[in-house]
Amino acid sequence: MNNAIRRFFFRSRGDSPFKRLIIHLVLILACIIAIYPALRIISVSLRPGDRLLSTSLAIIPKDATLDNYREVIFEKNFFLWLWNSLIITITTSVIGVILAMSSAYAFSRWNFPGRGPGLVFLLATQMIPAAMLMIPIYILAARLHLINTYKGLVFAYSVSSIPFSIWILKGYYDTIPGELEEAAMIDGVSKLSAFYRIILPLSTPALAIVFLFNFMTAWNDFLLARIMLQRESMYTWTLGLQSLQGQFQTEWGAYSAASILIAIPVMTLFLFSSRWLISGLTLGSVKG
Amino acid sequence: MRGLTGKVIAESFNQVGFTILVIIVVAAIVELFVYVLFSKILKNKYTLPVMLMAPAAVGLLLLIIYPIAFEVRLAFSNMSLRHFKNPTFGIAQGWNNFKLIFTEPVLKQVMFFPLLLRTILWTAIQVSFHVSLGLGLAMLLNRPMKLRGLYRTILVIPWALPQVIAVLTWRGEFHYQYGFINIMLRDIGLNPIQWKTSPFWNFVAMNITNIWLGVPFMMVILLGGLQSISREYYEVADIDGASGWAKFSRITLPLLKPVMTPAVILGTIWTFNNFNVPFFINENELETSDILVTALFRAAFQYNRYGFAAAFALVIFLILLVFAIVYMRATGGIKGVYEK
Repeated sequence: MNNAIRRFFFRSRGDSPFKRLIIHLVLILACIIAIYPALRIISVSLRPGDRLLSTSLAIIPKDATLDNYREVIFEKNFFLWLWNSLIITITTSVIGVILAMSSAYAFSRWNFPGRGPGLVFLLATQMIPAAMLMIPIYILAARLHLINTYKGLVFAYSVSSIPFSIWILKGYYDTIPGELEEAAMIDGVSKLSAFYRIILPLSTPALAIVFLFNFMTAWNDFLLARIMLQRESMYTWTLGLQSLQGQFQTEWGAYSAASILIAIPVMTLFLFSSRWLISGLTLGSVKG
Repeated sequence: MRGLTGKVIAESFNQVGFTILVIIVVAAIVELFVYVLFSKILKNKYTLPVMLMAPAAVGLLLLIIYPIAFEVRLAFSNMSLRHFKNPTFGIAQGWNNFKLIFTEPVLKQVMFFPLLLRTILWTAIQVSFHVSLGLGLAMLLNRPMKLRGLYRTILVIPWALPQVIAVLTWRGEFHYQYGFINIMLRDIGLNPIQWKTSPFWNFVAMNITNIWLGVPFMMVILLGGLQSISREYYEVADIDGASGWAKFSRITLPLLKPVMTPAVILGTIWTFNNFNVPFFINENELETSDILVTALFRAAFQYNRYGFAAAFALVIFLILLVFAIVYMRATGGIKGVYEK
């Protein structure tokens, strides 16, 4: 083995060269398993229409073409789905953050009667399976004529994200010393405006985490959308993708191209924000 | 650009604007009511926090408390597609619904207890794979080495990929002829597998998919935990001549526990309630691949037995509640959850 490779893999502290090699091999294998199914989507999306079904395992097909992308963009309702998803998701994330941020402040700063049970209740709501609430929500929405509208979905998504958001924000507010507001109140500022002028600006990172969480949850939801939206012009992207993968005839090319177009921005956002998201998760669940 | 016309855009702004307006008006009425009640009538010193919480509380009341109460009521009705507008309510009807869950097939063939056992088996398999593989990868990554950032980024991809895309893609890859697993099996001279029609292999397929999906989350959380363990513990252990296993079981595991416990609880609940994976991978609607929540969905929205499904949902909820209570007892109460 030449020296460059040796130095590349084995610039070690402690572990033997053999052990290092094994570690790298295991990690490379794990990476292949993690990425291969995702690469397959790219591969199918690039195939020409008459060879969509193929037993080839090559990632970039020999006769690669962008036909499927053209089809998705110009002949499917792709942008309509994206629009529906985007407007629902952004509205719900904003409403969710606004509703949660003031409640979390109450839980963080006052020891009112029922505070403990209230927090436990919020935690308990996270255990309720979504499928369980679907039945009453569907029937109530049908009676209120909210099926096939944005209204029902926007309301349901914004509220369902509240408990988790309150936990994360409360954990963050707890780390901000109360003396800050007390000092401001001595200067004659009310408690409420101390919250808006001092605590909220300091909490921007936590608010961003909560916004991202709400965004990801609503953006990726399938179940609730499936129940509330039945008309095709109202489909969000998850329903649209599923409609391309019908039970009897799958439009593989269009499906794969659409998946790639949706996955790339979402994954970029996720990978850039993953450190934040994770710190938010641990903040909400580990710290009280 | 098909379908996205100016009319559609105008209509969506219209709807969203209306929703926001309704929320603002309702919130204002609620705040006014709370203010008058607490500040003027009760002269309560907690007026401000109650006002801060009121809008969220009303939202949760409407979206969680009221639907659950409504579900209890539904469980005592015979509501179905035929009786959607004029269901009859009654104790006898409710008794009948609850009796049916345990005595008759929940869907067409599958009975309640096999379904419950399968859900528990599914959860146990998933959580043990997620934790062991996630911990293994995290420990491999928790050392200074080349390409570490790259490995970490690639390994997170299954979590980053939108779940619906990941699951629909796996469903395609379990195709008998064109899925990559069967192609590989054929290439090395083995028989391809009937992933979609064989009950056993379909269950395996959903497990493979969900392991692939769930390991990155555990890995990342546990890696964070490992990084917070000081190197000094291991250095001291090395001086004392501790074996690798001793270091793992005496240092790593105990110090990882505060991070691992909530992650495992979250993982258990998410897996128990996982809908997308069992629902999509099970393309031929084999009842042998259903877990409780997907069976509940089918009972409600494919068989349209709303009254029965509501009773079924309550039973599932009770199971989760018992699990939570047992868990809280075992870990010494829930006080630690909310005390600063």
